[in-house]
Amino acid sequence: MALLEIQDLHVRFATRDGVVHAVDGVSLSVDRGRTLGIVGESGSGKSVTALTVMGLTRLPNATIEGHVLLDGVDLLGLPDDELQKVRGRRVAMIFQDPLSSLHPLYKIGWQLGEAIQAHEHVSDKAARARALAALTEVGIPSPAERLSSYPHELSGGMRQRVMIAMALVLDPEILIADEPTTALDVTVQAQILDLVRALQADHGTAVVLITHDLGVIAETADEVAVMYAGRIAELGPLGAVIDRPEHPYTWGLLQSLPGAETSRSEPLHPIDGAPPSLISVPTGCAFHPRCPYVLPVCPAKQPALLETTACHTVACHLPTALRREIGAEVRASRETRI
Amino acid sequence: MRTGTQAAPPSVSGIAGNGAERRPGVPLLAVQDLEKLFPLTRGVFLGRERGHVHAVDGVSFEIPRGGTLGLVGESGCGKSTVARLVTRLLEPTGGRVVYDGNDITHWKTRALRPLRREIQLVFQDPYSSLNPRRTVGAIVAEPLRLQHLGTRTERRARVREMLAVVGLNPEHYNRYPHEFSGGQRQRIGIARALVTTPKLVVADEPVSALDVSIQAQILNMLAELQVEFGLTYLFIAHDLNVVRHVSDRIAVMYLGKIVELSPADELHVRPIHPYTEALLYAVPTVETSARERLRGRVVLRGDPPSPVAPPSGCRFHTRCRYATEICSAVEPPLVDHGGGHLAACHHPLDGRTPVQATAT
Amino acid sequence: MLRYIVGRILWGAFLLVVVSALTFLIFTVFPSADPAALRAGRQATPELIAQIRHTLGLDRPVYVQYWIFLKGLVLHFDLGYSYQNSVSVKSQIFTRLPVTLSLTAGAFVIWMLAAIPIGVISAIRPRSLLDRATMGAALVAISAPVYFLGLIALFLFSNDIGVVHLLPGAGTYAPISVSPWHWFTSLLMPWCVLAAAFAAFYARMVRGNLIDTLGEDYIRTARAKGLSERRVVMRHGLRAALTPVVTMAGLDIGILLGGAILTETVFNIPGIGRYAYDSIINSDLPAIEGTVLFGAFFIITANIFVDILYAFLDPRVRY
Repeated sequence: MALLEIQDLHVRFATRDGVVHAVDGVSLSVDRGRTLGIVGESGSGKSVTALTVMGLTRLPNATIEGHVLLDGVDLLGLPDDELQKVRGRRVAMIFQDPLSSLHPLYKIGWQLGEAIQAHEHVSDKAARARALAALTEVGIPSPAERLSSYPHELSGGMRQRVMIAMALVLDPEILIADEPTTALDVTVQAQILDLVRALQADHGTAVVLITHDLGVIAETADEVAVMYAGRIAELGPLGAVIDRPEHPYTWGLLQSLPGAETSRSEPLHPIDGAPPSLISVPTGCAFHPRCPYVLPVCPAKQPALLETTACHTVACHLPTALRREIGAEVRASRETRI
Repeated sequence: MRTGTQAAPPSVSGIAGNGAERRPGVPLLAVQDLEKLFPLTRGVFLGRERGHVHAVDGVSFEIPRGGTLGLVGESGCGKSTVARLVTRLLEPTGGRVVYDGNDITHWKTRALRPLRREIQLVFQDPYSSLNPRRTVGAIVAEPLRLQHLGTRTERRARVREMLAVVGLNPEHYNRYPHEFSGGQRQRIGIARALVTTPKLVVADEPVSALDVSIQAQILNMLAELQVEFGLTYLFIAHDLNVVRHVSDRIAVMYLGKIVELSPADELHVRPIHPYTEALLYAVPTVETSARERLRGRVVLRGDPPSPVAPPSGCRFHTRCRYATEICSAVEPPLVDHGGGHLAACHHPLDGRTPVQATAT
Repeated sequence: MLRYIVGRILWGAFLLVVVSALTFLIFTVFPSADPAALRAGRQATPELIAQIRHTLGLDRPVYVQYWIFLKGLVLHFDLGYSYQNSVSVKSQIFTRLPVTLSLTAGAFVIWMLAAIPIGVISAIRPRSLLDRATMGAALVAISAPVYFLGLIALFLFSNDIGVVHLLPGAGTYAPISVSPWHWFTSLLMPWCVLAAAFAAFYARMVRGNLIDTLGEDYIRTARAKGLSERRVVMRHGLRAALTPVVTMAGLDIGILLGGAILTETVFNIPGIGRYAYDSIINSDLPAIEGTVLFGAFFIITANIFVDILYAFLDPRVRY
């Protein structure tokens, strides 16, 4: 049984401008020790999905339907105080901007200690020792001094390491990382991704990595979910989705990227238009207004997520054979252009 | 999205002026040993200097007319400061900025004003670079207004023209920025930059804040506009792939200096400076063959050092895995390794001895 | 940091000199009653007035008078003698200082105790009925002038003229050393009246700051750590929201210590504020200078103190 199973999740927010359909029927699963990458652009619903798993979307104007099963227990059905015990302890989350995500007025050691003492009855001294161990494990130099530092005294990469330390200090079963490297320099990005991989190997933590960067996904994920307008467009093992993509949106993403081996003299192939507003999601298949291969059925009927090869599912009305053909062309064109 | 080609807008020569003297054969922009030090002050009444931030410390490059130079580097490398120095939003503390043959390094505001017609900036954040209290039309018309170009009617016509050029509906000029998406706002920023028909456009991370699919649209548009209006670009970004796609030549900056300067196509196949190599390895990539190639890579350790106290000798030596004694003692000069590919390193990756003898 | 403090203190001293000069200037330039005539009384003869003028040194040129004053202040810490009754201004102010201190301290405690809980509750339930009601009441409290509230309070609750005979009325202040209970009850109404506007203002400030703070990313992180909502709001949210509030409070205390003139007058409390008012009416320049300088001194000191406090409260601020 998968460690985390999201079943048919729907999350809607009532706002002054209308109802925002942030997550619209998403089903995902993560196995122990594996990495699920969720890729999508802004407004794809990937962050809201993650926040809902953590129980951080329980707002007065939110309607949440579906199931989020952690080891069989539905987190959505848990009362707030029960969910609080899970949050931070069994499921931990790190965010995009480590400067604004750490409290500016408390020392690092204090914040780490608080994370520990929120869930376990340990003395201050013991908590401090564990905080020190956590900082050492994430590779922060002079960790004992760093315990007395404030967040603004550290560099961006160090701060993200602190966030990771804080998330992993209680050895959670799942780590959700929402755009953990987007705000960091490229060389630091690589360090952080390597760190997460190493920690995952040591602790056996499952990781859900949310990003808009397909390159990051390609280097870290075991399974990939491509999200668009609050729905899943394509889901499958990394190799399948990246090397044999079968959804027009995935093709579009791949072709928009100025890759390391694309030719400079040819223009990029962007996707026409812009991601839709989640208040007025297009009818039928949400991607149809931007899809170069649109069929008459697309605006009328929302495509179901159907299996195309082992564990690889796609939500698209195009015939399978045609999808495979186009997918192969897209990949070939990226690889061979020098 | 731009559809098809358009004839050159008829009002271009009428409304946008000529600017400084034209001198064919001379690069449009040349900077030599450009330096900008920001003082750090301390003290009660009179700020006493206690050091400098070496934001830009000896940068030289040229951009020919119609060309694109990509400037890439991580935070603190000084690339944004270079943008501001080149457009004279800041005055250099050393070196020269030569625009179209004129040394504008120390020109005063009044002398610079006509130049502002010709040198324009596109900014990174489409959300904060447009005044939220003004209409889009007013924003795009402002450069014309400040340069006293055209009558009100002519300006309005020009604004609508520019909005169409960047793929927006000209009828929207009475709307406010918040009514547009990020990508559209960036287009507005570009329209504003182009409204006076500039010659040089300095784009400081113009697509970093945009979604991937929108990014591609904007990059394509910038390329088309360059051909159509004969623009010269200084393109600044931290994403190597983006820079490689738009540039003729790329300059890699580290801690205020250029460490490598090469034709764009060569940079990723023949990186000479270890920092460039580290950058290339660090960029996460989708291509399978590239992924396999990078599997055995070494990740760069540590953080970029502070520009207040840069390391001695070669500034990269503290993080370089090939560093030896000479690297911490002597700063390597930027020398040609053949074919206009320059690098500043004592142990260049191509193993070749540089074309010129290294001076100490 | 030390250089910063020293610099601020030097600058503050300079400001005090400027303030004293300006006060002198205003007094001499603007028409006011002739202090000598006031002192002389009703049946004054011109000779008597002239004699008094000479005694008080009013017949000398203005800049000489100022110089004498400044010398006395800097060298002997002497503020001169009242034109009215030749009593040492310094002794008058120091006698009245504990009174003003009592008034200020009590009001401060009440307004903070009221403002913070109200602000917090309003912030965690924004736009609820409770929030709108309290913010509306706050608006009324801020708008009502102190003397109005004071008179209403006296009218309703004072022992002598009030509707309900609850608390001692105006003019019944007793120092704490004489009778603690009496001191307390006589100050209760003045405290509440003085605190009302501040409480309302601070409640709005706490509410606003806390709403902003609760939208920050680090609050999301705190929740993600699995902390109880109470801890998130109080330890993470309020801690950040209160920093500017505390510094504002420091400044307000500094201002109040210079004398809450209106409150002291309505309730006839013998504080510095009352003294300031009386000295203006009597054109008593030394007393005016004394109270103005004292007020300026407290404000300047409060400013310096608050800035230094901010550096302790917010580690990102460093001098």
